[in-house]
Amino acid sequence: MGDPVIFIANWLRDLLTGWGLAQGFVTLIMTVLGVVLMATVALVLDIFLVWVERKVVARFQDRIGPNRLGPFGLIQPLADVIKLLIKEDITPIGADRIVYNLAPIMALGTVLALWAVLPISATLYGTNINVGVLYIVAIGAISTLGIIMAGWSSNNKYALLGAFRTVAQMVSYEVPMVISLLVPVILARSMGLKDIVDSQIVWFIVMAPLAGLIFLVSNIAELGRAPFDLTEAESEIVAGYHIEYTGMKFGLFYAGELLHALTIGAIFSTLFLGGWRGFGASAFPIIGVFWFFLKAFFMYWVIMWIKYTFPRIRIDQMLNLNWKFLTPLALSVLVVTAILDKVLPRENLLVYTLGMLLANVLIVGITLQLLRSGARAERKRVGEQRPVAVPPEQPARIAQTTTTTPQSPSGVTH
Amino acid sequence: MTPLQIVFIITAATTLGAAVMVVSARNLVHAALWLVVSLFGVAVVFVLLNAGFLAVAQVIIYIGAIAILMIFAIMLTRRIYSESSPQVNRNWGLAAILSIALFAGLAWMLGSWSGFSTALPEMSPRADPLRELGLALVSPDFYVIPFEVASVLLLAALVGAIMVAWERK
Repeated sequence: MGDPVIFIANWLRDLLTGWGLAQGFVTLIMTVLGVVLMATVALVLDIFLVWVERKVVARFQDRIGPNRLGPFGLIQPLADVIKLLIKEDITPIGADRIVYNLAPIMALGTVLALWAVLPISATLYGTNINVGVLYIVAIGAISTLGIIMAGWSSNNKYALLGAFRTVAQMVSYEVPMVISLLVPVILARSMGLKDIVDSQIVWFIVMAPLAGLIFLVSNIAELGRAPFDLTEAESEIVAGYHIEYTGMKFGLFYAGELLHALTIGAIFSTLFLGGWRGFGASAFPIIGVFWFFLKAFFMYWVIMWIKYTFPRIRIDQMLNLNWKFLTPLALSVLVVTAILDKVLPRENLLVYTLGMLLANVLIVGITLQLLRSGARAERKRVGEQRPVAVPPEQPARIAQTTTTTPQSPSGVTH
Repeated sequence: MTPLQIVFIITAATTLGAAVMVVSARNLVHAALWLVVSLFGVAVVFVLLNAGFLAVAQVIIYIGAIAILMIFAIMLTRRIYSESSPQVNRNWGLAAILSIALFAGLAWMLGSWSGFSTALPEMSPRADPLRELGLALVSPDFYVIPFEVASVLLLAALVGAIMVAWERK
């Protein structure tokens, strides 16, 4: 008891076997059913996320948010969906029709694919492959492809430039993300997400807070949300890669972004916050679902909190933050974690945890010191008196022509 | 026919069809996208063989890095909207002979292979192939030297890339 989903699944499996189906076909049907169910739950959640997002941003900006349709404006997202569905669907002239229509599907589909490896409770998960962490990275690679397809097929130079910018950002922030993903793998001695959750008797955020922070920041960049929303710039590339999309096709990009934010929250809570672990979750797996979504929504709220409070960073700051700060920091955290993992006794959980935590605190201290001296040098450099701009010396020939032609009053020739 | 075979046939047909489209598509970006489909099909074949690590590595390396790099290169170097780029060049005859010879050689080799009739060996549920692969890569008895040589090669490529991009002042 306490595990109704598995109970129903077992009942259905027995029923299908009882009808005389071969074992292979029963597995196939159950797998397809599981995929459909998981995707449906995620997509229905997605509709709800529109409401959550609008309500939370309203609170951050001291507004009420949607409050007219239904209790607390809960029916608002349905109205939004209907509006998106009945909007005119425009395909620009010269667009590559098939690729153009495929791109939004990929944008949302890749996010859905991430849910295949997330353990929602102790017994409820799509699959526990032994390369779960790498799978997440691989799906991220495919989502990059969807953005290129959207940007290229729109036949719009702003879309193409926006896609280039987005992809550059996603590819570069993948580096610290992958390195920080390795830290929980070292701590859990497994790449399977279920095994990672199983080994989190102490949440990994306690042992590796820095890795968690790097993972969160690089994932927000991957998501392209503020403060990393350089992919949307009204004055240069307008809306970026999805500039030409209208109606529900744009809606798919939007829904994909919202669901991706929640999925990142879910992945973060799986890797660092103990996933479904919580009070009573191991005795009654169904309670684990509650804890899982509570943590996922908490992290989603943190992502929104960052989005609506930080100003946007410049593109050079974006690159510097990645290559000069996050990547070296992630590498040093990884090396320190790997060495400490060999040195500290794994049997004594208290010593192990405290050692890891202390090492992280030490790295934070060194990093802050380095940042402080870097900022001091930067202030000095900016504060120096700059050379005054002087006009370049004119070549002799031009100088001669200017003296012979008094028509140009200033004496400057272009 | 088991479901596994059905899935395999669909995957193989998709992979091969996409591979044909790679060489026959007139639009270069389309060819690159078909290549992605083909590479993804190979990843699915790896999944069917229970080689999860290879499948994921295939997606990360071939789709995440190489295909995206190719698409970038095509978009930045050629007039991408032209549908009229020629499909073959002068050497198509030689290439056709070579590929037929290669196909014939492979078919001949596979003809004398006994693997078709042997049953799929059961994997022991306790063994973790990923762990064994990792240990084999750093074990002196197995592949530590090739592994290190490959690392040095990559490092050299990295240093070379920095030297090429270095802005001398």
